[in-house]
Amino acid sequence: MLLETRALTANYGQFRALFGVDVTVDAGECVAIIGANGAGKSTLMRSITGVLRNEPGMVLHRGESIGALSSAEVMKRGIAMVPEGRRLFPSLTVEENLLIGGQMRKAPGPWNLAAIYDLFPILRERRRNPGTALSGGQQQMVAIGRALMSNPELLLCDEISLGLAPVVIRDIYAALPKIREGGAAIVVVEQDIGKALAVADRVYCMMEGHVTLAAKAGDVTREAIHAAYFGEAA
Amino acid sequence: MILVDTLVQGILLGGLYALFAAGLSLVFGIMRLVNLAHGDLIVFAAYLVLLGVSLLGLSPFVAALLAAPIMFVLGWLLQSAVLNRVLGKDILPPLLVTFGLSIAIQNGLLEAFSADSRRIPAGALEGASINLGIVTVGVMPLLTFASAIAVIVALNAIFYQTALGRAFRATSDDTVTAGLMGIEPKRIFAIATGLAMVVVTVAALYLGMRANFDPSVGPARLLYAFEAVIIGGLGSLWGTLAGGIIIGVAQTFGAAINPEWQILAGHIAFLLVLLVKPRGLFPRAVD
Repeated sequence: MLLETRALTANYGQFRALFGVDVTVDAGECVAIIGANGAGKSTLMRSITGVLRNEPGMVLHRGESIGALSSAEVMKRGIAMVPEGRRLFPSLTVEENLLIGGQMRKAPGPWNLAAIYDLFPILRERRRNPGTALSGGQQQMVAIGRALMSNPELLLCDEISLGLAPVVIRDIYAALPKIREGGAAIVVVEQDIGKALAVADRVYCMMEGHVTLAAKAGDVTREAIHAAYFGEAA
Repeated sequence: MILVDTLVQGILLGGLYALFAAGLSLVFGIMRLVNLAHGDLIVFAAYLVLLGVSLLGLSPFVAALLAAPIMFVLGWLLQSAVLNRVLGKDILPPLLVTFGLSIAIQNGLLEAFSADSRRIPAGALEGASINLGIVTVGVMPLLTFASAIAVIVALNAIFYQTALGRAFRATSDDTVTAGLMGIEPKRIFAIATGLAMVVVTVAALYLGMRANFDPSVGPARLLYAFEAVIIGGLGSLWGTLAGGIIIGVAQTFGAAINPEWQILAGHIAFLLVLLVKPRGLFPRAVD
């Protein structure tokens, strides 16, 4: 098991955001986590990446508890994050944004600057621009490339289609199979159910801090998703 | 002729203020921390250099070279053990802690070196001057100014051409996302403060060679440094040099009119710049 959460809870002060979440990700697989706004998807990502700390045994990477590690230490174990809202560094150029993704973890693998520019050719043209001068879609490409630069074994993508035009979303999702070919497991957090199911092997649906559905992407029915997503029968 | 001379002396004096300010600017730019003990740390480093000169018989420049790594380590420890604990959304705790540190350093120096004013002996350099035709300038002010330029060029090279500089800028932009990139912000902050203390050592060398100093002169240096940083625009190193020059020029012109006006003229120039450009001359795009 590459990554596992066991009865994971998370709080923001008095407010509990996750109530015993169990999720697993195997090496090389693609897992979708869907759910409405406020379902706890981003909190789950923050808990896995060490932005929110948690108790021993709640988040396991290759069987070892990583809940007490800083996000930098989690990243160095090979778990890279494409954060919600892209969060490019405004003081860095496109190329510097990419470089910084790989400078703290040198792991062998298919991803380097040239490979990222082949994956997203527009970035090669814009490499001297400030990262934040790009369109939303191009910024998303930089954020994905930046995470890939460390050659992670697990890539977490938080809301990568949020706020983007459909044609841009198509381009970004077209890159995911190529990323899988590189060997990384992928977790996509999505509100767009159709997009998520199209790329994922397995899907989890979350609602109000609970996992309400866990299924193979091919097996799941429209009705089951509707019930898990909205908490009511279709 | 006198006008040109005053202007040149003012610009060169600005180099000294820029040296005082560069470390402050560096630390503020990366972690939004105003170190109120900055001036006292300069005085501390000046005593360190003085010890090297008087106890070991070294030249001031060699003594500064030895003091620099010591100051780097002290800066690293200060940041790791103290300042990292109080950095956060609230700006008050770091201000209080560095204010306390300022008092502690002053009293520690008073205990160790007494209130007597000292000077780092610089030998023949002290009185040397060069005739540039229109004006005659002292070698020491010229050296100070050249060092300020060198320090700023070096810091800019680190900032914009190294992986460390990339990490500095990324951490300054967004500590959480920097963490997701494998960067430990607290480690970056410790390196930054260490680096600032190396700059402080350079400032201390010239402070000590150009004028008398005693344990109480730190806060006034902090004030000039702070004004230079604010005039230049927070976080911009070349802006800090410009800020230092503006204060230096204002002071020499003030002194030319009436010697009592020297300090006042510098502060008035600071206020005028703030009135016209509240964010400084070269504010950063993102803040």
